[in-house]
Amino acid sequence: MKHIDPYRQPGTLQALAAKINDLPLPDRKINLMEVCGTHTMNVHRHGIRDILPDNVRLISGPGCPVCVTPRSGLDTAIAYARDSRVIVTTFGDMIRVPGSTSSLQDERSKGADIRIVYSALDSIEIALANPDKIVVFLGIGFETTIPGHSQTILSIKNKGIKNFGILSLGKVIPPAMELLADDPDLNLHGFLAAAHVSTIIGLKPYEPVAEKGIPVVVAGFEPADILTGIIALLEQASKGESRVENVYTRVARSDGNPKAVEVIHRVFKIVDSEWLGFGIIPGSGVRIRDEFADFDAEKLHPVEVEDTKLITGCRCGEILKGLIEPPECVLFGKECDPSRPQGACMVSSEGTCAAFYKYQGPFELND
Amino acid sequence: MTDKNNNERITLAHGHGGLASHHLIRDIFASAFSSPELDPLDDAANIDLPTGEISFSTDSFVIQPIFFPGGDIGKLAIAGTVNDVAAMGAKPLFISVGFIIEEGFLFSDLEKIVGSMADECRHAGVRIATGDTKVVPKGAVDKIFINTTGIGIRRKGIKLSGALARPGQSVILTGPAGVHGAAIIVARNELNIRGKVYSDCCSLNDLVEQLLDKLGQAITVMRDPTRGGVATALNEISRASKVGIEIVETEIPIGPETMAVSEILGFDPLYLANEGALLIILDDDAVDKALRICHSHPRCMEARKIGEIRDDLGGKVVLKAATGGRRIVDMLAGEMLPRIC
Repeated sequence: MKHIDPYRQPGTLQALAAKINDLPLPDRKINLMEVCGTHTMNVHRHGIRDILPDNVRLISGPGCPVCVTPRSGLDTAIAYARDSRVIVTTFGDMIRVPGSTSSLQDERSKGADIRIVYSALDSIEIALANPDKIVVFLGIGFETTIPGHSQTILSIKNKGIKNFGILSLGKVIPPAMELLADDPDLNLHGFLAAAHVSTIIGLKPYEPVAEKGIPVVVAGFEPADILTGIIALLEQASKGESRVENVYTRVARSDGNPKAVEVIHRVFKIVDSEWLGFGIIPGSGVRIRDEFADFDAEKLHPVEVEDTKLITGCRCGEILKGLIEPPECVLFGKECDPSRPQGACMVSSEGTCAAFYKYQGPFELND
Repeated sequence: MTDKNNNERITLAHGHGGLASHHLIRDIFASAFSSPELDPLDDAANIDLPTGEISFSTDSFVIQPIFFPGGDIGKLAIAGTVNDVAAMGAKPLFISVGFIIEEGFLFSDLEKIVGSMADECRHAGVRIATGDTKVVPKGAVDKIFINTTGIGIRRKGIKLSGALARPGQSVILTGPAGVHGAAIIVARNELNIRGKVYSDCCSLNDLVEQLLDKLGQAITVMRDPTRGGVATALNEISRASKVGIEIVETEIPIGPETMAVSEILGFDPLYLANEGALLIILDDDAVDKALRICHSHPRCMEARKIGEIRDDLGGKVVLKAATGGRRIVDMLAGEMLPRIC
């Protein structure tokens, strides 16, 4: 814990909080978006929304891989789960997300073989132990997680494994940020860019966003990191600047991790991709390249997927785009809570609705 | 104790009431748990209770793994029930024990568990008055489940209840939050975390007795924050008493190991269980004295005042974070799942 303790020192945090409140800010409203779900969780956990000046608003962004997985992606996963020849392996959060007519959890209770893993690599052992089954790993994730998926495929390429495939559900973040930067309804004045994603991709992919006049600051996940990031954004915003800035220099380098980026591109190609709430975003998803088609679940073992149905009332889409806050959704805290989520944002431990529910409760904090 | 070899296992015959059952009871239970109430081995224990009100509590223990750093299912089964009775302001005296054992369970493991139950009873000054054993076919239970029920005599003039917290009172936590939960997560070893975290599992009836001796009616609530941890116990109290509770992040004792486990797995230590700590709600002017008593107890040296009861928080539990910002600490809804990125 020694490496994170300094970033949680009460004295440091209170000094940073005081600095935010002493900054000479314009009177207008300043809208900052924290892109990543871990930022959202920690903003709430450390009471950061509570200490910001009244005209500074933090908006939660789409950086929760489970949340942005479109319902059609879940329906595909559920179709695999319903196939008795398939073992589905997945990160834990996915199993409770509702699809059109079911969830992986429901399918498991009906007998589907669905196993929770902590990485794609864990699935390989399952594939080796079950040669008569096809193991399908649900490959959700952003630039942080995708290199692991790539590496898994590279590590088994010539090993004769014929019963393992990844369902390509991975996404890349910067195109979604560009889209949000242009959204007049959001009227953003700055992005707090995701810490871990930035350690992989570096700063350059954010430049198109900064060129649109929106400052981008890469900040770590500890409370001192987040406060420092907010200060950097407010300083840029109040001076009318818009640069890509890195205040997470202890981990994230300007050029990121070129090797990890190279590994992503060796196995995956960039494709247009559907995000829940956004629709198709050009160049925002990944798909396994043809030379690795043996490990592309949809080519290895195609399944028929039922028609996608929307869930009435659930406003996850608008929440992911930062257009509304969870309490503005009529389902929030009523029909929808973490024990019976109606949408992915309430399921994932990094989902905006889950963060609001956990740390603000279904009611506003009443002074 | 027996001279049985290390590989001998419990069979269904040990639960059938015949000779094997008789031997199991005589060799393992009767000798370890010997007490005037149990020794006749009749169908029920006769107890001569002092007059007055009793506190009466039951709990079932199904923990996995059954052996963990700092304790085992047996120690937990005694300490858990002793603490439940003690936290009501009663002096725990008698315990009943029911075992449900999976066929094939090792005799040597049962001996260890029974031994630690006997040790914990001696430590807590309680006696096992009656018991029962069932053996079920393999797979019908996971190794061993234990139910214990405890009876204690309530102290006159003391009324403790989760509904009795009043604005202006203080909240003390007698030990580091979440250590039992962290110990169990590590002991399960599903994630290959190396190292050991020790559970705080222990009886605290001696502490309760000293606190009530010295402070009496200044204390209105005691709760052991087991399942759901400190956060859940405080929410139960705030709801029952219809009060707000503010806790201060920087005052809450949390061990570095618990913090590390929580950080790695994305858990909040406030929701992880304790099995040897108490939340105490008491009048503010009694806090110093209560802390002195806690600090002289070997298991409560890290006791701290962590917050206070308020009338202005809309009946919520609120945490004042180290940043100075505040946020709600709600009941846990749903399970805690590991983070994925």
